[in-house]
Amino acid sequence: MMEFNTSELTLLIPEMLLLTMACVVLVADLFIPEQRRGITYLLSIATLVFTAIAILRLHDGSAIATTVIMNGAFVRDQLGDVLKLCILGVTGIVFVYSKAYLRERNLFKGEFYVLCLFAVLGMMVIVSSANMLSVYLGIELLALSSYTLVALNRDSGVASESAMKYFVLGAMASGMLLYGISMIYGATGTIDFQTMSEVIAAGGANGMILSFGLVFVVIGLAFKFGAVPFHMWLPDVYEGAPTAVTLFISSAPKLAAVAMALRLLDFGLGGLFEHWQQMLIIMAVLSLMLGNVVAIAQTNIKRMLAYSTIAHVGFMLLGILSGSETGYAAAMFYAITYAIMSAGAFGVVILLSRAGFEAETLDDFAGLNRRNPWYAFVMLSMMASLAGIPPFVGFFAKLQIINAVVDVNLTWLAIVAVIFSVIGVFYYLRIIKLMYMDEPTDEHPISPRVDMAAVLSINGALQLLLSIFAGPLIAVCVIAVSGIPG
Amino acid sequence: MNESLLLSLLIWAPIVGGVLVLFAGDGRPAMARMLALLVSLVSLLLCIPLYMGFDTGVADMQFVQQLPWIETFGIQYYLGIDGLSLPLIILTAFISLLVIIASWEAVNERVAQYFAAFLMLEGLMIGVFCAVDAFLFYVFFEAMLIPMFLIIGVWGGPNRVYATFKFFLYTFLGSVLMLVALVYMLLKGDSASILAMQDLSLTMREQTWIFFALFAAFAVKIPMFPVHTWLPDAHVEAPTGGSVILAAIMLKIGGYGFLRFSLPIAPDASLEYDWLIITFSLIAIVYVGLIAMVQTDMKKLIAYSSISHMGFVTLGTFIALSMAIAGNTSGAALALEGGMIQMISHGFISAALFLFVGVLYDRMHSRNIDDYGGVINKMPVFAAFSVLFFMANSGLPGTSGFVGEFMVILASLQANFWYAFLAATTLIVGAAYSLWLVKRVIFGEITNEKVNHLKDINGRETLVLSSLAFVILLFGIWPDPLVDVMHESIYKLVEQIQQSKLTG
Repeated sequence: MMEFNTSELTLLIPEMLLLTMACVVLVADLFIPEQRRGITYLLSIATLVFTAIAILRLHDGSAIATTVIMNGAFVRDQLGDVLKLCILGVTGIVFVYSKAYLRERNLFKGEFYVLCLFAVLGMMVIVSSANMLSVYLGIELLALSSYTLVALNRDSGVASESAMKYFVLGAMASGMLLYGISMIYGATGTIDFQTMSEVIAAGGANGMILSFGLVFVVIGLAFKFGAVPFHMWLPDVYEGAPTAVTLFISSAPKLAAVAMALRLLDFGLGGLFEHWQQMLIIMAVLSLMLGNVVAIAQTNIKRMLAYSTIAHVGFMLLGILSGSETGYAAAMFYAITYAIMSAGAFGVVILLSRAGFEAETLDDFAGLNRRNPWYAFVMLSMMASLAGIPPFVGFFAKLQIINAVVDVNLTWLAIVAVIFSVIGVFYYLRIIKLMYMDEPTDEHPISPRVDMAAVLSINGALQLLLSIFAGPLIAVCVIAVSGIPG
Repeated sequence: MNESLLLSLLIWAPIVGGVLVLFAGDGRPAMARMLALLVSLVSLLLCIPLYMGFDTGVADMQFVQQLPWIETFGIQYYLGIDGLSLPLIILTAFISLLVIIASWEAVNERVAQYFAAFLMLEGLMIGVFCAVDAFLFYVFFEAMLIPMFLIIGVWGGPNRVYATFKFFLYTFLGSVLMLVALVYMLLKGDSASILAMQDLSLTMREQTWIFFALFAAFAVKIPMFPVHTWLPDAHVEAPTGGSVILAAIMLKIGGYGFLRFSLPIAPDASLEYDWLIITFSLIAIVYVGLIAMVQTDMKKLIAYSSISHMGFVTLGTFIALSMAIAGNTSGAALALEGGMIQMISHGFISAALFLFVGVLYDRMHSRNIDDYGGVINKMPVFAAFSVLFFMANSGLPGTSGFVGEFMVILASLQANFWYAFLAATTLIVGAAYSLWLVKRVIFGEITNEKVNHLKDINGRETLVLSSLAFVILLFGIWPDPLVDVMHESIYKLVEQIQQSKLTG
């Protein structure tokens, strides 16, 4: 029967802390008067900080050993810790950026923070999952919080519509995933990744059922990533959701998705590598093509960034499908830097918005350099970084992916990827062109609060700093993925 | 001063200087200008210890600085120069200073950003010539595109947005293919250093792929027929300073890339496909020269003339291969040296010609040849300089334009009579379009009322033009210092291409 060892609970302290604090924020917010809502904001930031500290405290300086606890439901390793810290950091950035935006739109409510914290908890569960059930649990916690966040502005028809769309499609994807999981369970007789990989390696599973299960699992995964052809929800949700929410769902969940792919596909189903590699190749190429080409036709910045996300997902899949540690580390580095870039880009979109005005079209960026050269430069860094132009960090992310793909003799995929990223450069350059080469149509001064100004500036500077110090971050990723069991 | 820090200083001084200029802000143009002048002057002065400390007797990398950067991949911050890069570095620092001086009054809008972009560009271009690590090279090579994109797009002419996108996308497409080739070699040889890549043993199939990937990057940059079409657009729309940097330095990076990467890394593939590049070069020399003749826009004419002249560089580079294999070491060295000297010389001459257009454009706001005529009556000093520069462009003996072209023609005569015959037609075609332009713009009757109001060049413009005139004549009469600097490196390169990678 199940044994329960209380000492295992110490490894769960970060998650437990986050859960407790999320509940505290929920309750405390009820007693905080409207004009003191800032307390909720500070409390939420504090939650993220304390959770991060709790994760760091569990390190005793050296790299931690991979430990599977809770009867195989939860794994604590380097990969999980690095990604959790990044998720917490990015969420912190999101909280800072969204504050003024929410306040100006009467959305500055405790619900936003509580839902975000629960979504973060969901992501942390996904990142640390060691069996199918905990993956699913994490996904649902993340997804349900995200659906609600999109519908946060309940008076907005567009937001409700996109939340509905997100919910219906998301529920379908969850169903697919669950169906796949049940098939795999049927074939292998286990939901535990460790046992599963052993059974598959021993050849003790029905290949047909296993393959079918794998297809459904990959579909569920692709939906969460937003990879073509399961990307339909992404542009509509990005466009319809309040920008603060788009900011959140475009950044941190990508980190969780990469972790989920690594856990599921490598740890659990590593024995079926040849099968899922083929599927991922098709999805990666389609994502690169569709994302980059369709983004050109967009006039709405949020939609454009949504299609750009699809293209970036293609790159992340390339790293994963190479199936090597180099590739996994590359995908992880890509996801981390992408989350930072995406947060920064949406941060600038929020910066340009103000009460009664949404900076949504590309033309809202016209002449930004005249209005405020510094934030124009920050946006330039983000765009150049997303486009993969050195010396910005996005280049090093792409370089690693190309390196990983060439390393496993898939050079043609690398060539496809770079050619489509040239096409992609066009729409990023268009933003730079609008900011620098056009006259402003809107002369409102840009004056963010000091916290947002500081974080956004650091976010911009990070695009350069991370490339100067790319070495250590890459080393961290390499160490992290080398600890994946299996 | 620590010798190994000199290159870093040369790269980072202009870039940090550019950031400082940005902080001066567009609101204080005078301060931005002075600061930019100071920074570019310091950069040029830093070239003095570089030149003095350079040992011309050694072919190896000098002033080496090596620091770990991305250790997982073995990518290093690895700098060093040899005889191929030193002249180009000094050229970059020299031309950048002239551009800063020449743009003093021409730009009145967003002054600080303009000068900052040029200073950063200078640092990045010097970085390209100093990088010994292939990925460091790539970072500088690509990073250059951003300031140039802004320079053309913000301060350019009416059709600037089209031109700058075309420029960016063309060069970017070429260089991403190079990136894949570099990654391939990194994985194969386990080293990111260009020197290690040069020693890497590659099969013919690998060499062919790598050769064409590198070719895509450098042929677009130089630019070679038939991928040259971005250049006339970029030149016409760019502000004077942008055109000068583009023609004088950026195009040379393509030529430098062939010498540094293509030939030593893929010598057998280069030999196999040298006919292709020789054909393109000859087409560039003859056909593009003829295109230049029919242009009505001065900048376009000079742009086509640049493509035609860069044809000499690629011709010299690639005729060297068959000669080197045939054992004609001195012929091969002559061809390569001719190509290098042509690059340096064209750097000076094209800069001078674009500044010539700039001087006229600042006064008349027209680049159309038909709007001019009889300029000599109002601007005699300027006219004297112009005649000299156009003579140099057409390869008049005594100017630097002659030396490189003559060496390449001489070398191609040893390779194949018809190469030399076709290449030598440039002496006629080049003279025709250059002198015809002089005739129509400088001489003749004053037909346009506006020309009557022209004022001759001021002290600042005289300083810029006369310093260019000085170097053009200096290297025309006495090219020895240039040849001495590159001699050892050229011979090492010839040895490298003589050594087939297939047998060894």
